[in-house]
Amino acid sequence: MDGIILYSVISLGTVAAVSAIVLFVIAKKFKVEEDPRIDVIAELLPGANCGGCGYPGCRGFAEALVKAADKGSIAGLNCAPAGGEQMAKIGKALGLEVTALEPTVAVLLCGGTHEKASKKTDYDGPSKCSIAHTVSCGDKGCPHGCLGLGDCVTVCAFGAMYMDEKTGLPVIIEEKCVSCGACVKACPRKLIEIRPQGRKSRRVWVNCRNTEKGATAMKVCKAACIGCGKCVKECPEKVQAITLDNFLAYIDPKKCIACGKCIVVCPTKAISATFEPPAPKPKPVEEPVKSEKKEEVKEQQQI
Amino acid sequence: MKLKTFKIGGVHPPENKMAASTPIEALAIPKRVSIPLSQHIGAPAVPVVKKGDDVKVGTLIAKGESFISANIHSSVSGKVFAIDTVTDTTGYKVKAVIIDVEGDVWDESIIRTPELAKEIKLEPADIVAKIKSSGIVGLGGACFPTHVKFMVPEGKKVDTLVINAVECEPYLTADHRIMLERTEEILVGIEIMKKALKVSRAIVGIEANKPDAIAKMEKVASDFPGTEIQPLKVQYPQGAEKQLIKAALNREVPSGKLPLDVGCVVNNVGTALAIYEAVQKNKPLFERVVTVTGKKIKRTANFLVRIGTPVEALVEAVGGIPEGTEKIVNGGPMMGKAVVSPEISVTKGTSGIIFFDKSEAKRKKVSNCIRCAKCVTVCAMGLQPYLLEKLAEKNNWEELEKLSVTDCIECGSCSYTCPSARPILDLIRLGKANVNRIRWERSKK
Amino acid sequence: MSRYVISLSPHEKGTYTVNTVMWGVVVALIPAFVSAVMNFGIRAVAVTAVALISCILFEFLIQKFLLKTEITAFDGSAAITGILLAFNLPSSIPLWQVVIGSLVAIAVGKMAFGGLGKNPFNPALVGRGFMLMSFPVDMTTWPVPLKTVWNWNITDAMTSATPLGIVKEGLAKGEEIAALAAKTPELWDLFIGTIGGSLGETSALAIIIGGIYLIYKRIITWHIPFFYLATIFAFTGIAWLVKPDAFFDPLFHILSGGVMLGGFFMMTDMVTSPMSVKGQIVFAIGAGIICSAIRLFGAYPEGCMFSILIMNAFVPLIDKYILPKKFGKEVNYVG
Repeated sequence: MDGIILYSVISLGTVAAVSAIVLFVIAKKFKVEEDPRIDVIAELLPGANCGGCGYPGCRGFAEALVKAADKGSIAGLNCAPAGGEQMAKIGKALGLEVTALEPTVAVLLCGGTHEKASKKTDYDGPSKCSIAHTVSCGDKGCPHGCLGLGDCVTVCAFGAMYMDEKTGLPVIIEEKCVSCGACVKACPRKLIEIRPQGRKSRRVWVNCRNTEKGATAMKVCKAACIGCGKCVKECPEKVQAITLDNFLAYIDPKKCIACGKCIVVCPTKAISATFEPPAPKPKPVEEPVKSEKKEEVKEQQQI
Repeated sequence: MKLKTFKIGGVHPPENKMAASTPIEALAIPKRVSIPLSQHIGAPAVPVVKKGDDVKVGTLIAKGESFISANIHSSVSGKVFAIDTVTDTTGYKVKAVIIDVEGDVWDESIIRTPELAKEIKLEPADIVAKIKSSGIVGLGGACFPTHVKFMVPEGKKVDTLVINAVECEPYLTADHRIMLERTEEILVGIEIMKKALKVSRAIVGIEANKPDAIAKMEKVASDFPGTEIQPLKVQYPQGAEKQLIKAALNREVPSGKLPLDVGCVVNNVGTALAIYEAVQKNKPLFERVVTVTGKKIKRTANFLVRIGTPVEALVEAVGGIPEGTEKIVNGGPMMGKAVVSPEISVTKGTSGIIFFDKSEAKRKKVSNCIRCAKCVTVCAMGLQPYLLEKLAEKNNWEELEKLSVTDCIECGSCSYTCPSARPILDLIRLGKANVNRIRWERSKK
Repeated sequence: MSRYVISLSPHEKGTYTVNTVMWGVVVALIPAFVSAVMNFGIRAVAVTAVALISCILFEFLIQKFLLKTEITAFDGSAAITGILLAFNLPSSIPLWQVVIGSLVAIAVGKMAFGGLGKNPFNPALVGRGFMLMSFPVDMTTWPVPLKTVWNWNITDAMTSATPLGIVKEGLAKGEEIAALAAKTPELWDLFIGTIGGSLGETSALAIIIGGIYLIYKRIITWHIPFFYLATIFAFTGIAWLVKPDAFFDPLFHILSGGVMLGGFFMMTDMVTSPMSVKGQIVFAIGAGIICSAIRLFGAYPEGCMFSILIMNAFVPLIDKYILPKKFGKEVNYVG
């Protein structure tokens, strides 16, 4: 019996020892030399591997940053989930000066709720916007409008979107959105845009992408942009942030000062904002000038 | 003759050919027509008329500018009201020429005598040019510009012309009726096509559920040597181009290739009739036979309709939309498109309008794939639909490309058979679109 | 005006549904059930009923309370698992063991993988395999056919070995084939099914009737049962020809044990069998070889269950490399 135990211990022990030595030697011999900076930068990144930067995971982005830093500048490389401040820290760690970028957020450019754009057909098929887009113009009847099937919600890796059942449109939660751009790519109608968050989260946008003539657009959706141009005229002269093209207005976020004047004049309430628009200017009360003069004359006569 | 068929796959949906014995009737010309500028595969035609122009029946109103494109002719006489966007079958907007109808004045060059013109006076190259100028496209539903099919490139040889008179889609009977009523003209049209291709052999494939058409065609074809009538087994998709070539000639078109690569050219029998009219009577393509049918319809009809006629006019002529209609389909039930609203116009590709009621309109409830392999058994192209569906759902486009998803002819047999009512073809289409997009992006680099 | 329905083509649907498939199999199992009741009486009814109800109940409970997904327990697939599990058990099995076996079959064999269509192994055989390992004595006690029809409690005196059991034990003890042939039932009895064994496996006739019904209804194709039985016939036939005094004849082999039930009902289970005809043939031949090997050279008297479970594991590999015939290969044209 003792012999068996001794033989087992010796044989298994030898196998274990030999394997350990072989593995150690191979690990040392075939070790891939990596720039130690990559590890440092990877630590500074959020680690969500969302792919928003365009590189394979945070490690891939870290490698790209180090390569770019060696060439002198990391301009054009941004990790939206990390945020401007963290990117500045990364720049510093690489020995470069970095100015923080303006915070951005995803914005849905469609106001076609169930109330404003009623269902005209019954879509029967897989609940994927990518497929529904090819089947027909959509249940709401607008060839540019939101299909409401939630491809964007499904693809959001940060839980920043949910589908509002009452309106039939997706909602973007500003605090959680990191502008990774996945929803922008997922929407087959390109209805989501990454816009600057705006100072104190004040931002204004035209909630429509319909390029049909006004009458055609209004037939399917009461909140459509009819291309009347009133907003273009109302926008202050020094700002001129709104352009009109193909019966559709567009607010340039870089120029817009979020004064909200355009929201008030839009006849279909197609312009939306994250704040309450200013109260409309009260119309001046018309006073009949003639009767006043008559009374003055009468008084004079009486005296 | 023995019944031939393709070997792999296929299903047998109920035929429902209730309109088969209804003769063709010319539909009254409407008050206004909207003729879309894109009724064919390829680039849309460019309008050559403008608002206010006077047009006659057969006047050229839009020209096909690029290689794969087709001319469009006016189907009515009157004044051009506008060149504006109209709604198409799927609710999207397309550009169209809208004409207000005044009378029915035809272009002087069109020969309106009914006599059969048997002698073919034009040379092959002129025939192809005439087909091109007459705006003829495939009337089977795909609407490929016909003259392109007749331009055989260098290095390719053609030995047989195959005529697709199969009409394997349930409900549709347009081809059946023209074979019964315009038999001689079709056969002369086939002679013209043979001359244009410089071949001596033509095979007309007809499904065996049209015995009267087969008999009539066989009788008349005896006067036209070189043209054979081949009855085919009633199996869907017998009328699919590749399956038809396999059944008629026992040749299989390899993956990614065309019928030209196996030495044949395939055309619909309606196209043959249109070619006869164009070459012998100078009549461009501006009208076609449309079947209006359905289980609850008041009366079925095979209307001869001018292109651009609103579908509402066809609906009115059959007594209105049947009670309880929940789905209207433009085309056949297996490959047609569901219509968003009847405010659309008839195009060169409209082969039929079918009304479905509540029992047939909605799909059944979807459940898990039970791996029964029925979809594999019925796939006419020998693909694995269950796997293509699963990969498309996971957005795995690279794997889909390796599995030849672009070979799919979208016949619908897989979705038709699936016991779990899974939307197999919907997802395969998504896969095909993305694989084509990736290939296009790759070719650009 | 009601709204029109919009969908992609095809706009027509065939009449084949999951329900028609599932209940079609249940109908095909009725002849085997009749033979089980004739052989083993009230206990056969009890075991089948308990397995059937337990499987449906467990699937319902798991879907409603554990997974909180859609309830599909009544689509017929749980019913088939229950019936097939029962048909793989002896009639004397204690009913509480049947319940545990059903729980394992449904929970481990099916729901743990994701429900209908996702399991790689045949759930009924997973349940049976678990029961064989956990309750070895109860699972290898075979009541005598026709004698225990009205008995609820089965005593030792009422049990005997199955034909394959007689062969295995006898050969192990070194008995002669001729002597064993006298102890085992006649081929006719094996065919009709008046022999000992699991509830559903005894009557080859009843199973063949059910199998023909399934093939006629196009629920299964003939390839798997034919190639499974043919391979076992060939393998055992060759062995018997080489050494007729060491092995039984091939006809005995295909009529005894569970290969009839296995070939027509267990191997043809859609979820766990390959997706192409060529793949199915490879699957059937592989299982036939394994079953014959276990029967002739292995420790167990019957190798059917193991052969099916082992080949189920190979099905993903078979599906990956053995593909259906693609269109476009037989060009038949030279340009």
